[in-house]
Amino acid sequence: MAEMTYLEAINLGISEEMARDEKVVIFGEDVGGDKGGVFGVTKGLAAKYGDNRCFNTPLTEGLIGGLAVGLGVMGYRAIGEFQFADYILPATNQILSEARTMRYRTKGDWTAPIVYRTPYGGGVRGGLYHSQSTEKIFAGQPGLRVVTPSNPYDAKGMIKAAIRSDDPVIFYEHKRLYRLLKAEIPTDDYIVPIDKANVVREGSDITVISYGMMLQYAISAAEKLAKEGIDAEVVDVRSLYPLDRETLVNAAKKTGKVLLVTEDNKEGSIMSEIAAMISEDALFDLDAPIKRLAGPDAPSMGYALTLEREFLVNEDQVIEAMRELAEY
Amino acid sequence: MKTLKKSGLSKEEIIQAYYEVKRGRRLDERLWQLTRIGKTSFNISGQGAEVAQVAMAMAFEHDKDIFLPYYRDMTACLVWGMTSKDIILGSFGKDADPSSHGRQMPNHYGSKEHNIVSFASTVSTQMPLATGVAYAAQLEGKDYIALTTTGEGSANQGEVQEAMNFAGVKKLPVIFVVENNNYAISVPIEEQYANENMSDRAHGYGFEGITVDGNDFTEVYLTFKKAVKDARSGKGPKLIELKVYRLTSHSADDDQTIYRSKEDIEKMKESDPIDVFEKQLIDEGYLTQAEMDKMDEEIRAEIDKATDEAEAMPDPAPESLLDEVYAK
Ligand SMILES: Cc1ncc(C[n+]2csc(CCOP(=O)(O)OP(=O)(O)O)c2C)c(N)n1
Repeated sequence: MAEMTYLEAINLGISEEMARDEKVVIFGEDVGGDKGGVFGVTKGLAAKYGDNRCFNTPLTEGLIGGLAVGLGVMGYRAIGEFQFADYILPATNQILSEARTMRYRTKGDWTAPIVYRTPYGGGVRGGLYHSQSTEKIFAGQPGLRVVTPSNPYDAKGMIKAAIRSDDPVIFYEHKRLYRLLKAEIPTDDYIVPIDKANVVREGSDITVISYGMMLQYAISAAEKLAKEGIDAEVVDVRSLYPLDRETLVNAAKKTGKVLLVTEDNKEGSIMSEIAAMISEDALFDLDAPIKRLAGPDAPSMGYALTLEREFLVNEDQVIEAMRELAEY
Repeated sequence: MKTLKKSGLSKEEIIQAYYEVKRGRRLDERLWQLTRIGKTSFNISGQGAEVAQVAMAMAFEHDKDIFLPYYRDMTACLVWGMTSKDIILGSFGKDADPSSHGRQMPNHYGSKEHNIVSFASTVSTQMPLATGVAYAAQLEGKDYIALTTTGEGSANQGEVQEAMNFAGVKKLPVIFVVENNNYAISVPIEEQYANENMSDRAHGYGFEGITVDGNDFTEVYLTFKKAVKDARSGKGPKLIELKVYRLTSHSADDDQTIYRSKEDIEKMKESDPIDVFEKQLIDEGYLTQAEMDKMDEEIRAEIDKATDEAEAMPDPAPESLLDEVYAK
């Protein structure tokens, strides 16, 4: 065991996989050399595994997307880093047209086992283009997996599982969590499944479903509300696509009152799909309308602190929404 | 035009080349026929490019070099090892179709067995993949090469520039080919690019670009032979532009008489590269007309047999629609 940040946990997970399997390679803008990525997630990997297995690409996201597929068909496990989730857009064609469909369109003859890693999320004064939640673009795209860990333990276990997965995985890393969260995590080999939601807190009064930074608010809010006698079940979505329908619906059925919290825009987010699933499978188990707490339907948060704060859901809002739901 | 003798190929190899050229033409004619009688619903052909494709493909080692083709490259895929039956299975959308098991439209060639990587319909997405394949060769210290092709219209896609740029930076063993047939559906080259030759672009990426007359078998063969030798010995990529004809409409859904004059089409058909090739074969004493006629009969019989066999194969089971969306 060692105390590690979310960022260090991802670095360790990648490093362990690169040591275990020489077919694992990692690349992206600023990823190689001593820099190790703009956030330092890949720091030390080039020194350990060589400049051929951890390397810089030119500033070309389409290339990053396709290079990974080409390596994948040749039996490599390529990890392509997109510097920010906002800049994955130039690679969308490669991800959707090539990576996602390679297995399906050849009925498994050719496959592309890839991890596309990218930091996402707001609260770091990133303005419109360094704050977005682009995960909804890749949800609803069968063939792709879209995942995000919400704590250091999962961060290491899930990146390892993503690298070993034979499917293309988009691995979202919340950049506020990079250094915010620290935890004791095992320094030996373990895996956290990338297709399962996680009930992080059992409760009987209300169910809160979230992921990423917002999940941290929900956990903290649940502890505070427990003192008022409100017992909340808290679920980490983790697998944003495909969703772990069973776990999510069961958690909704258990309390009959559901709050969905996301940092993304309210309309068209991952939460909209979760709401639809719950209403399909558990409508008559519900004791209150499903409630969504989310960002407003503006393109993204502004740079000015006032605008960033206005956009982002905060912990007080989560507490308030949970209290209201409990009283419903 | 260079003599066939200058290619350095043996008499048997030249005769084999002719067989492949003719097989490509006859097979494509069959594919059109199948659309016309309503047995299949689509064809897009390489008629006019067969000589260039055979000369190109013969310069490679098919059991180790990786081909990432585009939809007009049926004849090149035959040289790489696919059979007439393989191709017709794709047109019928049969389960045994090696390209996609009936999942993609016809003419989207691929075969794991023959080192031909599946490609999307979104034009030119295979180009970044080719860099990944070539990077794998470099990582492994192996001397295989990636060959990838596209059309002159499709070569304007951003991903092509990203791929060539990276290939130049890393000196990858990849050969980029633009089959320039003067039209992208109906859009002529004057509206497609402003430089004199497509191959001029290579200089911007730090490697050699060459434009070749695709009717000149020997010139095409020698150009690729040299490019292959250079790539195999670590000298990096090349961009080769093949000037070819498109004798047919763009596809079974297009009518080129709408945008090309009758005279233009007639004139082009009069200089069919297969006629040119046949004249060379006779003039240089490789084959007599009678020998060519006999070979043609054999090819027709082979294609008849392949058609019957392919048609009799089972269609994909409806429930296989859900197979291979994800790895098991
Ligand atoms: C990204 C994208 N845009 C449009 C199309 C539709 N389309 C298919 S082929 C084609 C023309 C391509 O022309 P060119 O690259 O010159 O190749 P050619 O067909 O002449 O060999 C177009 C526009 C497509 N498949 N993909």
